Amino acid sequence: MPILDFSALLHGQFRDWLVSGFLFSLQLTGLTLVLALPLATLVALLRMAPSRPARALGFLYVEGVRSVPLIVHMLFWYFGAPELLPDRTRQWLYSGNVEAIAAVVALTLYSAAYMAEDIRSGLRAVPRTQFEAARALGFSFLGSMRRVILPQALRITVPPLISQTLNLWKDTSIATVIGVAELMYQAQRVETASFRGFDTFALVTAAYLSVSVLITALSVGFQHFFPARAAS
Amino acid sequence: MKELIDVYGLYFLIGQYPNGPLGGLALTVLLASLGLLLALPLGLLLGLARVSPLAWVRWPVSGLVFVVRGTPLLMVVFWAYFFLPVVTGHKTGQFDTMLGALVLFDGAYLAEIVRAGLQGLPKGQFEAARSLGLSYGQAMRRVLLPQALRHMLPSLVNQFVSTIKETSLGTIIGLSELSYVANQINAQVLVKPLQIYSVLALSYFVMCFGLSRLAYALESRLNEART
Repeated sequence: MPILDFSALLHGQFRDWLVSGFLFSLQLTGLTLVLALPLATLVALLRMAPSRPARALGFLYVEGVRSVPLIVHMLFWYFGAPELLPDRTRQWLYSGNVEAIAAVVALTLYSAAYMAEDIRSGLRAVPRTQFEAARALGFSFLGSMRRVILPQALRITVPPLISQTLNLWKDTSIATVIGVAELMYQAQRVETASFRGFDTFALVTAAYLSVSVLITALSVGFQHFFPARAAS
Repeated sequence: MKELIDVYGLYFLIGQYPNGPLGGLALTVLLASLGLLLALPLGLLLGLARVSPLAWVRWPVSGLVFVVRGTPLLMVVFWAYFFLPVVTGHKTGQFDTMLGALVLFDGAYLAEIVRAGLQGLPKGQFEAARSLGLSYGQAMRRVLLPQALRHMLPSLVNQFVSTIKETSLGTIIGLSELSYVANQINAQVLVKPLQIYSVLALSYFVMCFGLSRLAYALESRLNEART
């Protein structure tokens, strides 16, 4: 059993690589979250829409995206999709950070499919009569949404959305396949350069875990301060 | 497109078999099935430990489950890559590495399914079994687990879907499963990435969508039986 020794990894170039990877993973998570939440809300609303084709579209999106591994999404958006673009746009894309763009697109579409289902079940958990009662009491549409429906729905929706964010944080590691310089990519780079695989992966595992602990604590805290109340 | 299928279709489905190792779609299915099958006993044990009344059993296992669930699968794959040769004493192939990682990862997720299944049962079931004179082990085996396992069936099918998707990470350590084979074909053809990766996505979709519909049907049948 080798003894862990992080001294070589904690200064100089190796530390810079690992830190930049860690920060880039965090940025990927943050950016994806900001983009995925509105998309997920839209898809959830599509799935609850009164029109049948809209519902079918929402269903197709969720099932289609969830049935394909994230790695394939990444490969598709990195290798396949740019072929569809006109030449000028493609050249512009390749001159920039095309790996990161493909990763964000794949992660956004993928997480949004999962988050849409969480949002949908949250909205469905509030009985329709709550809305009708609020309107009957004289609240406007927006007033009843803001004061009656959303306070109840958010308590139910936010905890699963937080655990979806945990999945998103772990999923960013897959972006290493298309060469995005996130934490896992930098870990492999440091491992190859330093021959300290054991120490590198122990350190990086700890980094992933620490953020996971933080996100889990956030979810526990939210449920403690805003417990879901059963509407009767 | 037709030419693509004529030339690479068989390679896509079974890899270089029978002239070389099995690969492609067949390997993906084999790996996912073996992974889930071997993870079942592990998940059952870990799940039972998670609800054990003994703190010295419950706490370490809860810790292990949390660590595995809080780490990306890719990290678990790399750990398997490092640890399995240390444990077994000889070099481990890509298939065994991926299988080991999948069993550990799925085991931790199945443990949570087992725990939820057991905790979802009414408390009276356990108390009634104990007051009828059954030991803890007998109450688990004869009363609680048979009920819990039946309710877990849809979750198990969904876990199989996840496992199929997870096998795609084998491509990173060079295991010639479906995604790896698609990458190889893309590297040889070069000019048709859109078609190749669309077919790849479609193959996963057909398998996973079919299975998740099955899980859905099982779930509604269970709900009907309950009411």
